[in-house]
Amino acid sequence: MKYVDEYRDQKLAEKLAGEIRRAATKPWAIMEVCGGQTHSIVKYGIDYLLPNEVELVHGPGCPVCVTPLEMIDRAHAIARRSDVIFCSFGDMLRVPGSNGDLFQAKASGADVRIVYSPLDCLRIALANPQKKVVFFAVGFETTAPANAMAVWQAKSQGIGNFSMLVSHALVPPAITGILESPDNRVQAFLGPGHVCAVMGYREYEPIAARFHTPVVITGFEPLDLLEGILLAVRQLEQGRAQVENQYARAVEPGGNQSAREMIRQVFEVCDRGWRGIGSIPGSGYCLREAFRDYDSERVFEVDTIHAPEPEACISGSILKGLKKPHDCPAFGRECTPLNPLGATMVSAEGACAAYFNYGRQLVRLPAMEGAS
Amino acid sequence: MPNAFALSCGLPVSRPRNIVLGHGSGGRLTAQLVRDLFLPAFDNPALRKLDDQAVLPVDSGRIALTTDSFVVTPLFFPGGDIGRLAVNGTVNDLAMSGARPLFLTAAFILEEGLPIGDLERITQSMAKAASEAGVSIVTGDTKVVNHGSADKLFITTAGVGVVPDGISISASNARPGDAVIVSGTIGDHGMAVWATREGLEFEGHIESDTAPLNRLVHAMTRAGDVHVLRDPTRGGLGTSLCEIASSSSVGVELDARAVPVREEVRAACEILGMDPLFVANEGKLVAMVAESSADAVLAAMRSLPEGRGACRIGRVVAEHSGAVIVKTEIGGSRVIDVPFAEQLPRIC
Repeated sequence: MKYVDEYRDQKLAEKLAGEIRRAATKPWAIMEVCGGQTHSIVKYGIDYLLPNEVELVHGPGCPVCVTPLEMIDRAHAIARRSDVIFCSFGDMLRVPGSNGDLFQAKASGADVRIVYSPLDCLRIALANPQKKVVFFAVGFETTAPANAMAVWQAKSQGIGNFSMLVSHALVPPAITGILESPDNRVQAFLGPGHVCAVMGYREYEPIAARFHTPVVITGFEPLDLLEGILLAVRQLEQGRAQVENQYARAVEPGGNQSAREMIRQVFEVCDRGWRGIGSIPGSGYCLREAFRDYDSERVFEVDTIHAPEPEACISGSILKGLKKPHDCPAFGRECTPLNPLGATMVSAEGACAAYFNYGRQLVRLPAMEGAS
Repeated sequence: MPNAFALSCGLPVSRPRNIVLGHGSGGRLTAQLVRDLFLPAFDNPALRKLDDQAVLPVDSGRIALTTDSFVVTPLFFPGGDIGRLAVNGTVNDLAMSGARPLFLTAAFILEEGLPIGDLERITQSMAKAASEAGVSIVTGDTKVVNHGSADKLFITTAGVGVVPDGISISASNARPGDAVIVSGTIGDHGMAVWATREGLEFEGHIESDTAPLNRLVHAMTRAGDVHVLRDPTRGGLGTSLCEIASSSSVGVELDARAVPVREEVRAACEILGMDPLFVANEGKLVAMVAESSADAVLAAMRSLPEGRGACRIGRVVAEHSGAVIVKTEIGGSRVIDVPFAEQLPRIC
């Protein structure tokens, strides 16, 4: 497959792994920020190609995982209404709220639909004028432009039976939070490639400088990740702390101007709760006042629903890179994708679910040949 | 003999264009459906008697018996339809024991309002599939439920076959050293149905691979020492391999680069964030074959259209019993496990 297979070449992967081995002389902890990166690392066994000096810690960039429990409960309260068609990306459907997941709501009669683009919801709204169509807008900066476009189009086309339940999160405040934490152990970041394709990487420069921490904007294919790791290790070994762009084929320094403009018109920055971490100031998007009629929380008055997070789970420590899924006594026992106790087990991109789905509770794989 | 219609008034009996509840009443409408639609399509001596059961001759040997229900939306999809699936699915379940499939039953649950034209198309498709597989549909049943109580049409088929002496094929028979062979590309059926159902437009055309595999199995068992056969339907190749590893208490090593996946299917899976290893197939099999006869079995498979794409994808090992380990494209490793439920498209 063009533009994909080139980035999954075994010989080049081995070459990069060799360069990482030669470059790393000291132990380094590098966090990959995105859930998509975690998924690739586990799917391709990239961590088994790395020398012992390089430890990958899995970051908070899984939008499904960090969506707060109370937002899930609000989604369920709206989805269960008989006058609502509730639309969502597929992997939000299995996320448990306080009372089951959206599949269970569907089984009890709720009209819950998987969509592939928020713009599909406008089509559904036009076809079902007697229903209120709600889109569960979850995600980081990556999904924000298309979500903004859906609201913008709804307003300009006068589609009144569409609204959006917004739970957008932003990456820079989250990694700032990780670096400010007194027990932080992350020494470099593989930055979020797709987020930066939209936003550019300028906002990471002050973070790299302030905390003297390298940030390498990195893609999602195996060779992207290995190259990102190599660049991060070289910076660490040389004592540099810069923003570097491994993912130049998708990321411009200033991002995608029209996408950013669409976001700016529709969304404004607000405080946002993160499942497993808590509230982070300025870490989310909300709809601007001009689009308040499209805000599901106002349309359905569900903002009074609050839900405390269960305490059993260590996902907060995992999202901050302090612990690995194996460190949790509940991992693979009480806590599985079928019965997740917390954030990182609920989506395929969550570190715990990625470990579980690729059987890491079953077999500890031997270190690969050559990885010393 | 008086004509059955002689005592009714002169108005012609209306022939509805859609299924009505009366088609399941056991009365004249039911008989009409059987006489006009099912009998001509499936015609054979056992069915023609229209008894409550089919009485069938069997050779000596062991009987293989299986049943499967078919529910699929949409009823028609690129490469097949529910009728073809219902025949091939049951034929293949029999064939995976090494049995020679002989007879099928077919039970229909019809939703009131189903266009009779659709039922006719599906029946014709079943007849064609049965003829291709060399089996007869010898008895059946029809029920009609109220509109909204079923999704258009459900089919249950059962099948009987005979296992020749000397053949012992089971998911618990894999042995360390066996070659793991797949009969062709994986994921075609699941992605064809998904794309049609969800109205997704991908570049290139993805078609279901639904096909009978009994001829292929016959060729394989004649060519070599086949220990395990599975048709990786729901759950895909990955799930079948995990089940075999567990049943046989062996490990399986899978080479990700050797697993054949069509470009269109790979691309669709990439876009949706799905793994072709866990996408359904309806015309493929995976086999564990003694290494000494693996080349002969492969050659026999490749001589048939349904096995043209056959290749080795891994081997059975004594280590990591019960687990399937994939050697990844870049030389890393991962363990695969049976997923909890159907795969879902990912956000990003």
